[in-house]
Amino acid sequence: MKKYQLGEFEEVVMLTVGVLYKDAYGVSIKKEIETRLSRNVSVGALQTALKRLEDKGYLKSFDGEATEERAGRPKKYFQITALGKKAMEYSKSTRDELWSAIPKMAWNVKII
Amino acid sequence: MKKDITSPPRLPLRFFRWFCHPKLLKYIEGDLTELYLERLNEKGKRKADIKFITDVLLLFRPGIIRPIEQRQNLNTQAMLKNYFKISWRNVLRNKGYSFINMGGLAFGITVTLLIGLWIYDELSFDNDNTHSDRLARVIQNVTNNGEVQTWKSVPFPLAEELRTNYGSDFKHIAMAVNWGDHMLTLKDKTLKQIGVYLEKDGPEILDLKMIQGSSHMIDPASILLSASAAQTYFGDEDPINQVMRIDEQPVVKVIGIYKDFPLNSTFAGLNFISTWELLYNADSWFKTAEDPWRPNFATLFVELNDNAEFNIVSAKIKDAKLKKINSQLAQKKPELFLHPMSDWHLRSEFKNGVNAGGAIEYVWMFAIIGAFVLLLACINFMNLSTARNEIRAKEVGIRKTVGSLRKQLVLQFFSESFLIVLFSFVISLLLTQIVLPIFNEVANKQITILWSHPFFWLISLGFIVITSLIAGSYPAFYLSSFKPIQVLKGTFKAGRYAALPRKILVVTQFTVSITLIIGTIIVYQQIQFAKNRPVGYSRASLLSIYEMNSSIHDHVDAVKEEMMQTGVISSMTESQSSLTGIWSSTSGFSWNGKDPNLSTDFGVVSSAHDYGKTIGWEIKEGRDFSPEFATDSSAVVLNEAAIHYMGLKNPVGETVTWWGRPFTVIGIIKNMVMESPYDEQRPVIYFLTKESGNVLLIKLKSSANTREAIAKIEPIFKKYNPAQPFEFQFVDDEYAKKFGNEERIGKLAGFFAMLAVLICCLGIFGLASFTAEQRTKEIGIRKVLGASVTKLWQMLSKDFVVLVLLSCLFAVPISYYFLHQWLLKYEYRTDIGWWVFIMAGSGAMLITLLTVSYQAVKAALANPVKSLRSE
Repeated sequence: MKKYQLGEFEEVVMLTVGVLYKDAYGVSIKKEIETRLSRNVSVGALQTALKRLEDKGYLKSFDGEATEERAGRPKKYFQITALGKKAMEYSKSTRDELWSAIPKMAWNVKII
Repeated sequence: MKKDITSPPRLPLRFFRWFCHPKLLKYIEGDLTELYLERLNEKGKRKADIKFITDVLLLFRPGIIRPIEQRQNLNTQAMLKNYFKISWRNVLRNKGYSFINMGGLAFGITVTLLIGLWIYDELSFDNDNTHSDRLARVIQNVTNNGEVQTWKSVPFPLAEELRTNYGSDFKHIAMAVNWGDHMLTLKDKTLKQIGVYLEKDGPEILDLKMIQGSSHMIDPASILLSASAAQTYFGDEDPINQVMRIDEQPVVKVIGIYKDFPLNSTFAGLNFISTWELLYNADSWFKTAEDPWRPNFATLFVELNDNAEFNIVSAKIKDAKLKKINSQLAQKKPELFLHPMSDWHLRSEFKNGVNAGGAIEYVWMFAIIGAFVLLLACINFMNLSTARNEIRAKEVGIRKTVGSLRKQLVLQFFSESFLIVLFSFVISLLLTQIVLPIFNEVANKQITILWSHPFFWLISLGFIVITSLIAGSYPAFYLSSFKPIQVLKGTFKAGRYAALPRKILVVTQFTVSITLIIGTIIVYQQIQFAKNRPVGYSRASLLSIYEMNSSIHDHVDAVKEEMMQTGVISSMTESQSSLTGIWSSTSGFSWNGKDPNLSTDFGVVSSAHDYGKTIGWEIKEGRDFSPEFATDSSAVVLNEAAIHYMGLKNPVGETVTWWGRPFTVIGIIKNMVMESPYDEQRPVIYFLTKESGNVLLIKLKSSANTREAIAKIEPIFKKYNPAQPFEFQFVDDEYAKKFGNEERIGKLAGFFAMLAVLICCLGIFGLASFTAEQRTKEIGIRKVLGASVTKLWQMLSKDFVVLVLLSCLFAVPISYYFLHQWLLKYEYRTDIGWWVFIMAGSGAMLITLLTVSYQAVKAALANPVKSLRSE
C-alpha cells in the first residue's frame, strides 16, 4: 500500500506553497507555477488540487486580508502541515531511490 | 445605470456564485477578481472577459460545485422521530377520531387486499404449467343458419390429421377423451374419480410433476394416478405396478404418480390419466363408426414449436376439418383455430366466433370496486384531518414561527398519514386472515395470504406508501399553507369555501356507495327473476343418480318393481340426459315444409317410459308416451320452442324424419328449462328409448321422509349395481348450481357494498360529531334563545341530507348505465325498475340520518349552561 497519496500536480502545488512560504494563496501559487514551470494552470485545476490537499491534511489554511482589487474578498493562505512535509519527503525519497537504482549503463545507450 | 467596467462579466459571475461551494466561494471569487483586474490592465477587456469565462467554466467541476443537499446540518432523523411522536400523541389524544380513521382505512385496505389476492389468483390461473405460453386447445367455429357458434370439442380423427399434415408447427399434440367421472376400482374398492384418456404426448402437455414412476405410458394398459388418489387407494403401500380397473372394464397397471394439480388450474381435480389407445381398443365403435368426423367429443391440446405463433398456426389449420368432412357437415363451415392456454380461464366465452372475454370482466369489475372502496377510506381520512384543521392550525402556526419550513410540515403530515396507514395495514392483515375462510367459501377459491412471497411484501409496501400519499396529500398541503400570523392571532377562521372540498369528497363517497347498493339489488333481482322463471317441470323431491355402467339398466324392470314396493317413491325412469342439461343434439332432423338450406340444431333427450310422469312435465297438446301404444318407439314429443321454430300449424300427428327415419309427433310440452336459466329456450326433441340411460331419475312421494326413502332405495341400488358407489343428487340442488356464478357475484358485491356503506357511515359519523362539537356554543345560545331540539336536529342534519340527495342524482345515471350493460348479457333478464333507485336512495338517506342524528340529538340535548359557562 502507498503510504502517502500525492499526485504529480499535487506535488508541484505543495512545493510551490513551500517556495512561497508565507505568501501562498490562489493567485500567487498559480503565477509561481506558471513562471517556474512555464505551464498553464487554470484556477479550477488549482482550486480542486488545493481543496483535495487540505482535505487530506497536507495543507492548512487561514483567512488573509481583504483588499480592494479583490472586491473585498479575503485571501486564503496555505501552509504545509507536518503530515504534508512527510508526504513530500516520502515522495522525494522514493524518486531518489529509483534514480539511484538506475544502472549506469542505461545512460550510455546512445554511444552504440 | 452605467456598467462598471472594472467588474467581471455579470452572467458568468452569477453562474459561478450559484454553483460554487459556499465555503470556497469568497476566496475563489477573490482570486478570480484579482486575476481579472490584472488581465484587464495588461491585455484589455475582451481578453480578460474570455479568460474569466474559461476560468469559471473550468471551475465547474466536482470538488468546487456545491453539494445538492442544501441543508446538511439539519437533524432530519431527530425531526422524523419528533413527527412520529407527535403523530402518536395525536392518535392517542383523539381516540374516537383515530378509531374512525384507522377502522375505516383498515376496512378499506382489507377489501383491497382481498380483491388483490383474488385477482392474483385469477390471473395466475394455469401458471403452474411451465410452458403455458405455448399451449393451446384446438377449437372450432361452426355456422348454423348464419349464427356462428364456438365448439370447444372436435372429432377424434383430427388429432391424427394434424399430426400427419400440419405437424411442423407443433411440438406435441394430444387428444383428451371422456374427461369426467369414472369408476376406478382397486380389488373390491370402487370410488368415483375424475379421469381422462390421453394420447401419449399428454403428460408432456399437462406438464405432470412426477413423484414416483414414469409418465411414459408405452403400454396402452397403463394408468397414472394423482398423489391424492394414490393415497386414497394405496395408503402407504407402493402403488407402482399394481393393477386397477376403470369403469369395470379395462385392466390397467399403475406406472406413475404425479403431484396433484393446484386448484387454480384447468386440470384441477384430475385424479387419473389413462391412454387413448386403451379406450380405442376397448370400444369397437371407434373403428366401425360410419363417419368418425361427425361427433365432436374430443378435446385437442397442442404445444407449439418455439418459433410458431398462435394466429399464424390458427390460419394454417383453419380448414383442416373442412377438407375431411362430407358435404352435409360442410354446410356448417367448421373453422378450426387455437385457443391459447392463457385465455382458457379468463377469456373463455365466444360470441359470433369472436372471443368475448369471460371471467376477465369480473377481474376488472372487482379491481374497480376495490380501488373505489379504498378511495372511500382515504376520503374519510382526508375529511377528518381537515375537519380538525382549526385545532391543528395552532400547531402549524407555532411550528412555522420557530422556523419550520413548509416542506417540513408537509413531511410531518405525510409521516402522520404513513403511521396511520401502517397501523391500518397491520390491522387489515389480521382482518383479512380472519375473513379469508368466509371469503374463500363465497368465492369458491383457496386463497391464502402470500406471507412468504417477497413480491407480496413489495406490493404491500408500495401500496402503503401510495395510500398514505393519497390520504395524506390534502391535509399535508392544505394545513401547511396556513399563515402563522393569522392563526396565532386567533382571527383564523376557515372561510365559507373551506368546507367545499370536504363536501365534494362526501358526495363522491356516497355516489360510490349508492351505486354499489343499486348494483347489488339489481344483481339479486336478476337472480331472483331467473329463479322464478317457470321451469316447466317439478323439481321437488326428485333425485338423479348417474349410471356409470349398465347393471341397473340390465335389470331395470326388476329394479323398478322393487323400488315401487318400498312405498316411498312415486315414479322412476331412465334418461340419457340429466334434467339440468341437454347432453346431445342433432342436425339430422327434418319435417314437411322445411327449408332445405336450413341447418338445424335440435337438442335431443332420449328416455324410458314414465319420463314425463317422473319429472312432471306439462303437456300442452297431444299426449305423453305410453306403454299402451307399441308404436311409440317411433314417436316424438316436441317442446314449444321446436314447434315455433318449425312453424307447424297442427303439429300433433305430423310425421317428421330423423336421419331419414319417420317419427310421429304425439305431443307438445311446455318449454322446460334444462340448460342456462338466462338463455332463450332452444328446440328439443324427446324420444322414447329402450337403450341404456345415463341417469336414473326417481321421484319420491311427497309424503315420504327423504332420509328414510333414501335408506330404502340404497340397498336396492347396491343389490343390482354393487360395483358403483351409491351417490345421488337432488335435481333442486343441481338446478341451484346454475345460479352459482351470479350468486357469487351478488354476494361479493353485497359484501363490498356493505363495507362501502360502513366506511361512509364512519366518515360522516366523525364529521357530524366534529361539526356538533364546533358549534357547541352556537347551539347553546340558540337553546337559550328558545330553539327546540327538533329545530336543532334539523339544522345539524340538513347539510348531510343535501349531500346525500346530490349523490343520488349522480349515482342513478351511472348505475343505470352499467347495470343496463350487464343485463344485456342475459337473454332472460329483469327490467330495472325505478323503485330500485328510490329504495337505494332512501336506504342511504335513512342510514345517514341515523348516523348523523346520534350526534345531532346528543348536541341538541346538551345543557346550554355547560357549553356557555366555559369561557
